Amino acid sequence: MATTEEIRTQLADIVNDVAGVDQTDVQLDKNFVDDLDVDSLSMVEIIYACEEAFGVSIPDEDAKDLKTVGDAVSYIERAQA
Amino acid sequence: MRIMSATIKASQGAPYSRIYGVGGERGNRVVDNAEMCTIIDSSDEWIQQRTGIVERRWATEDQTPLSMALAASRKAIERSGIDPAQIDAVLVATGSHTRQFPSLAVSVAAGLGLKDPAATDLSAACAGFCYGLSLADSMVRTGTAKNVLIVGVEILTRQTDFTDRGTAFLFGDGAGAVVVGPSETPGIGPVVWGSDGESADVIWSDDWNEAFASGKKPVIHMEGNKVFRWATTFIAEKTAEALEAAGLKPEELDVFIPHQANNRITDSMLRRMHLPESVVISRDIRQMGNSSAASIPIAMEALLESGDAKSGDTALVIGFGAGLVYAGQVVVLP
Repeated sequence: MATTEEIRTQLADIVNDVAGVDQTDVQLDKNFVDDLDVDSLSMVEIIYACEEAFGVSIPDEDAKDLKTVGDAVSYIERAQA
Repeated sequence: MRIMSATIKASQGAPYSRIYGVGGERGNRVVDNAEMCTIIDSSDEWIQQRTGIVERRWATEDQTPLSMALAASRKAIERSGIDPAQIDAVLVATGSHTRQFPSLAVSVAAGLGLKDPAATDLSAACAGFCYGLSLADSMVRTGTAKNVLIVGVEILTRQTDFTDRGTAFLFGDGAGAVVVGPSETPGIGPVVWGSDGESADVIWSDDWNEAFASGKKPVIHMEGNKVFRWATTFIAEKTAEALEAAGLKPEELDVFIPHQANNRITDSMLRRMHLPESVVISRDIRQMGNSSAASIPIAMEALLESGDAKSGDTALVIGFGAGLVYAGQVVVLP
Protein backbone atom coordinates (compact mmCIF):
# COMPACT_ATOMS: atom_id res chain seq x y z
CA MET A 1 0.00 0.00 0.00
CA ALA A 2 1.28 3.40 -0.95
CA THR A 3 1.39 5.96 1.85
CA THR A 4 -0.39 9.30 1.63
CA GLU A 5 2.95 11.00 1.05
CA GLU A 6 3.93 8.57 -1.70
CA ILE A 7 0.64 9.21 -3.49
CA ARG A 8 1.03 12.97 -3.08
CA THR A 9 4.57 12.84 -4.47
CA GLN A 10 3.50 10.81 -7.50
CA LEU A 11 0.51 13.09 -8.05
CA ALA A 12 2.82 16.11 -7.82
CA ASP A 13 4.93 14.65 -10.64
CA ILE A 14 1.80 14.18 -12.76
CA VAL A 15 0.59 17.75 -12.09
CA ASN A 16 4.05 19.03 -12.94
CA ASP A 17 4.16 17.05 -16.18
CA VAL A 18 0.69 18.06 -17.34
CA ALA A 19 0.39 21.65 -16.09
CA GLY A 20 3.96 22.71 -15.33
CA VAL A 21 3.22 23.32 -11.64
CA ASP A 22 6.24 23.08 -9.30
CA GLN A 23 6.10 19.77 -7.39
CA THR A 24 6.65 21.48 -4.04
CA ASP A 25 3.48 23.55 -4.54
CA VAL A 26 1.32 20.42 -4.87
CA GLN A 27 0.36 20.12 -1.19
CA LEU A 28 -2.75 18.50 0.28
CA ASP A 29 -4.49 21.78 1.17
CA LYS A 30 -4.05 23.28 -2.32
CA ASN A 31 -7.03 23.77 -4.59
CA PHE A 32 -6.22 22.69 -8.16
CA VAL A 33 -8.04 25.58 -9.82
CA ASP A 34 -7.65 28.45 -7.33
CA ASP A 35 -4.18 27.76 -5.94
CA LEU A 36 -2.39 25.82 -8.66
CA ASP A 37 -4.05 27.48 -11.68
CA VAL A 38 -4.89 24.11 -13.23
CA ASP A 39 -7.67 24.50 -15.80
CA SER A 40 -10.42 22.05 -16.74
CA LEU A 41 -8.50 20.50 -19.65
CA SER A 42 -5.44 19.87 -17.51
CA MET A 43 -7.72 18.31 -14.88
CA VAL A 44 -8.97 15.85 -17.50
CA GLU A 45 -5.38 14.86 -18.23
CA ILE A 46 -4.42 14.68 -14.56
CA ILE A 47 -7.37 12.43 -13.76
CA TYR A 48 -6.54 10.12 -16.64
CA ALA A 49 -2.86 10.01 -15.70
CA CYS A 50 -3.87 9.16 -12.10
CA GLU A 51 -6.04 6.30 -13.33
CA GLU A 52 -3.06 4.89 -15.22
CA ALA A 53 -0.45 5.55 -12.54
CA PHE A 54 -2.46 4.30 -9.56
CA GLY A 55 -4.51 1.62 -11.30
CA VAL A 56 -7.82 3.11 -10.18
CA SER A 57 -10.97 4.20 -11.98
CA ILE A 58 -12.20 7.78 -11.46
CA PRO A 59 -15.56 8.31 -13.18
CA ASP A 60 -16.49 11.83 -14.38
CA GLU A 61 -19.11 12.27 -11.66
CA ASP A 62 -16.46 11.66 -8.98
CA ALA A 63 -13.73 13.60 -10.77
CA LYS A 64 -15.68 16.84 -10.56
CA ASP A 65 -15.65 16.65 -6.74
CA LEU A 66 -11.87 16.44 -6.52
CA LYS A 67 -11.21 20.11 -5.74
CA THR A 68 -8.00 19.88 -3.73
CA VAL A 69 -4.86 17.79 -3.88
CA GLY A 70 -6.01 16.23 -0.59
CA ASP A 71 -9.37 15.26 -2.17
CA ALA A 72 -7.54 13.48 -4.98
CA VAL A 73 -5.05 11.75 -2.67
CA SER A 74 -7.75 10.43 -0.33
CA TYR A 75 -9.89 9.33 -3.29
CA ILE A 76 -6.93 7.35 -4.63
CA GLU A 77 -6.23 5.88 -1.18
CA ARG A 78 -9.84 4.72 -0.86
CA ALA A 79 -9.91 3.36 -4.39
CA GLN A 80 -6.74 1.39 -3.83
CA ALA A 81 -7.88 0.00 -0.47
CA MET B 1 -26.52 -26.70 -67.92
CA ARG B 2 -23.52 -24.58 -66.91
CA ILE B 3 -21.15 -26.21 -64.52
CA MET B 4 -19.12 -23.16 -63.58
CA SER B 5 -20.21 -19.56 -63.54
CA ALA B 6 -18.18 -17.19 -65.66
CA THR B 7 -15.18 -15.46 -64.12
CA ILE B 8 -15.41 -11.70 -64.03
CA LYS B 9 -12.46 -9.42 -64.56
CA ALA B 10 -11.16 -7.32 -61.69
CA SER B 11 -9.52 -3.95 -62.10
CA GLN B 12 -5.82 -3.53 -61.41
CA GLY B 13 -4.10 -0.33 -60.59
CA ALA B 14 -0.75 1.19 -59.79
CA PRO B 15 1.64 -0.42 -57.29
CA TYR B 16 1.41 2.60 -55.00
CA SER B 17 -0.13 6.04 -54.75
CA ARG B 18 1.03 9.42 -53.49
CA ILE B 19 -0.03 13.02 -53.11
CA TYR B 20 1.04 15.17 -56.06
CA GLY B 21 -0.13 18.63 -55.07
CA VAL B 22 -1.84 20.45 -52.21
CA GLY B 23 -3.76 23.71 -52.19
CA GLY B 24 -5.60 25.68 -49.56
CA GLU B 25 -8.06 28.52 -49.36
CA ARG B 26 -8.89 30.36 -46.15
CA GLY B 27 -11.86 32.46 -45.20
CA ASN B 28 -11.25 36.09 -46.20
CA ARG B 29 -11.98 37.66 -42.84
CA VAL B 30 -9.45 37.56 -39.99
CA VAL B 31 -11.21 37.57 -36.62
CA ASP B 32 -8.87 37.99 -33.66
CA ASN B 33 -9.66 37.13 -30.07
CA ALA B 34 -10.36 40.77 -29.18
CA GLU B 35 -13.13 40.87 -31.80
CA MET B 36 -14.34 37.44 -30.66
CA CYS B 37 -14.72 38.82 -27.15
CA THR B 38 -17.16 41.47 -28.41
CA ILE B 39 -19.43 38.51 -29.30
CA ILE B 40 -18.92 36.21 -26.32
CA ASP B 41 -17.93 36.79 -22.70
CA SER B 42 -14.35 35.52 -22.85
CA SER B 43 -10.77 36.77 -22.99
CA ASP B 44 -7.79 36.52 -25.30
CA GLU B 45 -5.83 34.80 -22.50
CA TRP B 46 -8.58 32.24 -21.79
CA ILE B 47 -8.98 31.32 -25.47
CA GLN B 48 -5.25 31.10 -26.13
CA GLN B 49 -4.56 29.08 -23.01
CA ARG B 50 -7.23 26.48 -23.75
CA THR B 51 -6.94 26.20 -27.51
CA GLY B 52 -3.90 28.09 -28.82
CA ILE B 53 -6.13 30.11 -31.14
CA VAL B 54 -4.88 33.68 -31.69
CA GLU B 55 -7.13 34.47 -34.63
CA ARG B 56 -9.42 32.55 -36.93
CA ARG B 57 -10.53 32.94 -40.54
CA TRP B 58 -14.19 33.39 -41.34
CA ALA B 59 -15.73 33.13 -44.77
CA THR B 60 -17.12 36.39 -46.09
CA GLU B 61 -20.63 36.42 -47.55
CA ASP B 62 -19.37 35.94 -51.09
CA GLN B 63 -17.48 32.77 -50.10
CA THR B 64 -19.31 29.46 -50.27
CA PRO B 65 -18.20 25.86 -49.73
CA LEU B 66 -18.16 25.54 -53.53
CA SER B 67 -16.12 28.69 -54.18
CA MET B 68 -13.57 27.76 -51.54
CA ALA B 69 -13.39 24.13 -52.71
CA LEU B 70 -12.77 25.30 -56.27
CA ALA B 71 -10.05 27.77 -55.25
CA ALA B 72 -8.19 25.13 -53.22
CA SER B 73 -8.63 22.50 -55.94
CA ARG B 74 -7.26 24.74 -58.69
CA LYS B 75 -4.10 25.35 -56.68
CA ALA B 76 -3.70 21.64 -55.87
CA ILE B 77 -4.18 20.58 -59.49
CA GLU B 78 -1.80 23.22 -60.83
CA ARG B 79 0.89 22.25 -58.33
CA SER B 80 0.38 18.54 -59.02
CA GLY B 81 1.34 18.96 -62.67
CA ILE B 82 -1.41 16.49 -63.50
CA ASP B 83 -3.58 17.23 -66.52
CA PRO B 84 -7.10 17.89 -65.17
CA ALA B 85 -8.42 15.65 -67.94
CA GLN B 86 -6.69 12.76 -66.17
CA ILE B 87 -8.56 13.33 -62.89
CA ASP B 88 -11.29 10.72 -62.92
CA ALA B 89 -12.60 10.87 -59.36
CA VAL B 90 -13.56 13.63 -56.94
CA LEU B 91 -14.14 13.11 -53.21
CA VAL B 92 -15.34 16.04 -51.11
CA ALA B 93 -15.26 15.74 -47.32
CA THR B 94 -17.57 18.30 -45.77
CA GLY B 95 -20.17 18.94 -43.13
CA SER B 96 -21.02 22.32 -44.58
CA HIS B 97 -22.85 21.46 -47.80
CA THR B 98 -26.42 22.48 -47.11
CA ARG B 99 -28.31 20.00 -49.22
CA GLN B 100 -28.32 16.22 -49.36
CA PHE B 101 -28.09 16.11 -53.15
CA PRO B 102 -26.67 16.80 -55.62
CA SER B 103 -23.39 16.41 -53.78
CA LEU B 104 -20.87 19.21 -53.53
CA ALA B 105 -18.41 16.92 -55.32
CA VAL B 106 -20.36 17.00 -58.59
CA SER B 107 -20.45 20.80 -58.48
CA VAL B 108 -16.72 20.93 -57.78
CA ALA B 109 -16.08 18.60 -60.72
CA ALA B 110 -18.27 20.68 -63.01
CA GLY B 111 -16.73 23.92 -61.79
CA LEU B 112 -13.28 22.59 -62.64
CA GLY B 113 -14.46 21.43 -66.05
CA LEU B 114 -13.68 17.78 -65.31
CA LYS B 115 -15.39 15.46 -67.73
CA ASP B 116 -17.36 12.54 -66.31
CA PRO B 117 -15.39 11.82 -63.13
CA ALA B 118 -16.76 9.63 -60.35
CA ALA B 119 -17.82 12.15 -57.70
CA THR B 120 -19.25 11.91 -54.20
CA ASP B 121 -19.20 13.59 -50.81
CA LEU B 122 -17.87 12.00 -47.64
CA SER B 123 -19.46 12.49 -44.26
CA ALA B 124 -16.78 11.89 -41.68
CA ALA B 125 -16.60 15.27 -39.95
CA CYS B 126 -13.07 16.26 -38.94
CA ALA B 127 -11.74 12.88 -40.12
CA GLY B 128 -13.18 13.36 -43.62
CA PHE B 129 -9.98 14.35 -45.34
CA CYS B 130 -8.07 11.34 -44.01
CA TYR B 131 -10.97 9.05 -44.89
CA GLY B 132 -10.72 10.48 -48.40
CA LEU B 133 -6.97 9.91 -48.54
CA SER B 134 -7.43 6.27 -47.64
CA LEU B 135 -10.17 5.75 -50.21
CA ALA B 136 -8.17 7.52 -52.90
CA ASP B 137 -5.13 5.37 -52.13
CA SER B 138 -7.26 2.24 -52.52
CA MET B 139 -8.87 3.52 -55.70
CA VAL B 140 -5.56 4.27 -57.38
CA ARG B 141 -4.03 0.95 -56.33
CA THR B 142 -7.02 -1.10 -57.40
CA GLY B 143 -7.38 0.80 -60.65
CA THR B 144 -10.87 2.19 -60.10
CA ALA B 145 -9.41 5.66 -60.62
CA LYS B 146 -6.17 7.02 -62.05
CA ASN B 147 -6.04 10.33 -60.26
CA VAL B 148 -8.30 11.43 -57.41
CA LEU B 149 -9.02 14.96 -56.25
CA ILE B 150 -9.78 15.09 -52.53
CA VAL B 151 -11.17 18.24 -50.97
CA GLY B 152 -11.93 19.04 -47.35
CA VAL B 153 -14.09 22.15 -47.06
CA GLU B 154 -16.00 23.75 -44.22
CA ILE B 155 -17.86 26.93 -43.40
CA LEU B 156 -18.73 25.94 -39.85
CA THR B 157 -19.28 29.53 -38.77
CA ARG B 158 -22.67 29.22 -40.48
CA GLN B 159 -23.51 26.40 -38.02
CA THR B 160 -21.96 27.98 -34.95
CA ASP B 161 -23.91 28.85 -31.82
CA PHE B 162 -22.56 32.32 -31.05
CA THR B 163 -24.23 32.26 -27.64
CA ASP B 164 -22.15 29.21 -26.60
CA ARG B 165 -18.95 30.55 -25.09
CA GLY B 166 -17.50 27.02 -25.14
CA THR B 167 -17.51 26.67 -28.95
CA ALA B 168 -18.22 30.06 -30.54
CA PHE B 169 -14.55 31.06 -30.77
CA LEU B 170 -13.35 27.70 -32.04
CA PHE B 171 -14.17 27.42 -35.71
CA GLY B 172 -12.50 28.71 -38.86
CA ASP B 173 -13.64 28.46 -42.47
CA GLY B 174 -11.58 27.11 -45.34
CA ALA B 175 -10.84 24.45 -47.92
CA GLY B 176 -7.86 22.25 -48.62
CA ALA B 177 -7.34 19.93 -51.57
CA VAL B 178 -4.86 17.35 -52.80
CA VAL B 179 -4.48 15.26 -55.93
CA VAL B 180 -3.58 11.61 -55.37
CA GLY B 181 -2.20 9.61 -58.29
CA PRO B 182 -0.14 6.54 -59.17
CA SER B 183 3.41 6.11 -57.91
CA GLU B 184 6.27 3.62 -58.21
CA THR B 185 7.11 4.08 -54.53
CA PRO B 186 4.79 4.10 -51.49
CA GLY B 187 3.43 7.58 -50.75
CA ILE B 188 0.41 6.84 -48.58
CA GLY B 189 0.80 4.45 -45.66
CA PRO B 190 -1.80 2.03 -44.28
CA VAL B 191 -4.77 3.78 -42.71
CA VAL B 192 -5.72 3.28 -39.07
CA TRP B 193 -9.38 4.18 -38.82
CA GLY B 194 -12.61 3.46 -37.03
CA SER B 195 -15.79 4.81 -35.50
CA ASP B 196 -17.76 4.74 -32.27
CA GLY B 197 -21.43 5.51 -32.81
CA GLU B 198 -22.11 4.94 -29.10
CA SER B 199 -20.44 8.31 -28.61
CA ALA B 200 -22.57 10.18 -31.15
CA ASP B 201 -23.62 12.56 -28.37
CA VAL B 202 -20.16 13.96 -27.72
CA ILE B 203 -19.97 16.21 -30.79
CA TRP B 204 -23.12 16.65 -32.85
CA SER B 205 -25.11 18.92 -35.08
CA ASP B 206 -28.80 19.58 -34.43
CA ASP B 207 -31.28 17.55 -36.43
CA TRP B 208 -32.06 20.02 -39.21
CA ASN B 209 -35.78 19.20 -39.38
CA GLU B 210 -36.18 19.69 -35.64
CA ALA B 211 -34.16 22.89 -35.65
CA PHE B 212 -36.07 24.48 -38.52
CA ALA B 213 -39.42 23.34 -37.10
CA SER B 214 -38.61 25.29 -33.96
CA GLY B 215 -37.51 28.29 -36.01
CA LYS B 216 -33.82 27.89 -35.20
CA LYS B 217 -30.63 27.46 -37.16
CA PRO B 218 -29.07 24.00 -36.69
CA VAL B 219 -25.84 24.43 -34.74
CA ILE B 220 -22.90 22.40 -33.50
CA HIS B 221 -22.65 21.16 -29.92
CA MET B 222 -19.69 19.67 -28.15
CA GLU B 223 -18.86 18.14 -24.78
CA GLY B 224 -15.40 19.68 -24.74
CA ASN B 225 -13.90 17.75 -21.85
CA LYS B 226 -15.12 14.40 -23.20
CA VAL B 227 -13.69 15.16 -26.64
CA PHE B 228 -10.45 16.22 -25.02
CA ARG B 229 -10.17 13.02 -23.04
CA TRP B 230 -10.95 10.83 -26.06
CA ALA B 231 -8.49 12.69 -28.27
CA THR B 232 -5.67 12.69 -25.75
CA THR B 233 -5.97 9.00 -24.88
CA PHE B 234 -7.57 6.79 -27.54
CA ILE B 235 -6.64 8.96 -30.52
CA ALA B 236 -3.09 9.42 -29.26
CA GLU B 237 -2.75 5.63 -29.26
CA LYS B 238 -4.23 5.35 -32.75
CA THR B 239 -1.84 8.03 -33.99
CA ALA B 240 1.08 5.98 -32.75
CA GLU B 241 -0.45 2.92 -34.46
CA ALA B 242 -0.62 4.76 -37.80
CA LEU B 243 3.09 5.53 -37.53
CA GLU B 244 3.83 1.91 -36.72
CA ALA B 245 1.61 0.67 -39.55
CA ALA B 246 3.78 2.61 -41.99
CA GLY B 247 6.84 0.88 -40.57
CA LEU B 248 8.37 4.13 -39.33
CA LYS B 249 10.13 4.72 -36.04
CA PRO B 250 9.38 8.06 -34.34
CA GLU B 251 12.86 9.33 -35.23
CA GLU B 252 12.21 8.63 -38.92
CA LEU B 253 9.19 10.93 -39.01
CA ASP B 254 9.66 14.47 -40.35
CA VAL B 255 6.29 16.14 -39.79
CA PHE B 256 3.20 15.67 -37.60
CA ILE B 257 -0.05 17.25 -38.80
CA PRO B 258 -2.86 16.31 -36.43
CA HIS B 259 -6.32 17.67 -37.13
CA GLN B 260 -6.14 21.24 -35.86
CA ALA B 261 -8.79 20.79 -33.17
CA ASN B 262 -6.99 22.34 -30.24
CA ASN B 263 -3.32 22.97 -29.47
CA ARG B 264 -3.80 21.44 -26.04
CA ILE B 265 -4.84 18.17 -27.68
CA THR B 266 -1.70 18.32 -29.81
CA ASP B 267 0.45 19.04 -26.73
CA SER B 268 -1.04 16.12 -24.85
CA MET B 269 -0.62 13.76 -27.82
CA LEU B 270 3.04 14.76 -28.04
CA ARG B 271 3.59 13.99 -24.35
CA ARG B 272 2.19 10.51 -24.89
CA MET B 273 3.83 9.76 -28.22
CA HIS B 274 7.38 10.80 -27.35
CA LEU B 275 8.13 12.16 -30.80
CA PRO B 276 11.68 13.49 -31.11
CA GLU B 277 12.29 17.26 -31.08
CA SER B 278 13.24 17.10 -34.75
CA VAL B 279 9.66 16.41 -35.84
CA VAL B 280 7.94 19.54 -37.19
CA ILE B 281 4.56 19.98 -35.50
CA SER B 282 1.72 21.82 -37.20
CA ARG B 283 0.18 24.59 -35.08
CA ASP B 284 -1.90 26.11 -37.86
CA ILE B 285 -4.89 26.43 -35.52
CA ARG B 286 -3.26 29.56 -34.09
CA GLN B 287 -4.10 31.55 -37.22
CA MET B 288 -6.99 29.48 -38.55
CA GLY B 289 -9.21 28.11 -35.81
CA ASN B 290 -10.59 24.61 -36.19
CA SER B 291 -11.66 24.09 -39.81
CA SER B 292 -12.74 20.46 -39.40
CA ALA B 293 -12.30 18.46 -42.63
CA ALA B 294 -10.21 21.24 -44.16
CA SER B 295 -7.66 21.62 -41.38
CA ILE B 296 -5.08 19.02 -42.40
CA PRO B 297 -4.59 19.94 -46.08
CA ILE B 298 -4.62 23.66 -45.17
CA ALA B 299 -1.97 23.03 -42.52
CA MET B 300 0.03 20.89 -44.95
CA GLU B 301 0.09 23.70 -47.51
CA ALA B 302 1.16 26.20 -44.84
CA LEU B 303 4.11 24.05 -43.70
CA LEU B 304 5.30 23.59 -47.28
CA GLU B 305 4.92 27.30 -48.08
CA SER B 306 6.77 28.42 -44.94
CA GLY B 307 9.61 25.99 -45.64
CA ASP B 308 9.13 24.24 -42.28
CA ALA B 309 8.41 21.08 -44.27
CA LYS B 310 9.62 20.08 -47.69
CA SER B 311 8.55 17.88 -50.56
CA GLY B 312 9.45 14.25 -49.87
CA ASP B 313 9.15 14.58 -46.09
CA THR B 314 7.18 11.91 -44.26
CA ALA B 315 4.15 13.35 -42.49
CA LEU B 316 1.85 11.67 -39.99
CA VAL B 317 -1.71 12.94 -40.39
CA ILE B 318 -4.74 12.06 -38.30
CA GLY B 319 -8.28 13.38 -38.37
CA PHE B 320 -10.76 12.80 -35.55
CA GLY B 321 -14.15 14.19 -34.69
CA ALA B 322 -17.91 13.87 -34.61
CA GLY B 323 -19.17 10.31 -34.86
CA LEU B 324 -16.96 9.62 -33.19
CA VAL B 325 -14.73 8.83 -36.17
CA TYR B 326 -11.03 8.92 -36.88
CA ALA B 327 -8.53 8.07 -39.60
CA GLY B 328 -4.78 8.50 -39.73
CA GLN B 329 -1.87 7.54 -41.95
CA VAL B 330 1.66 8.50 -42.90
CA VAL B 331 2.05 10.27 -46.23
CA VAL B 332 4.94 11.55 -48.28
CA LEU B 333 4.51 15.30 -48.74
CA PRO B 334 4.10 16.52 -52.32
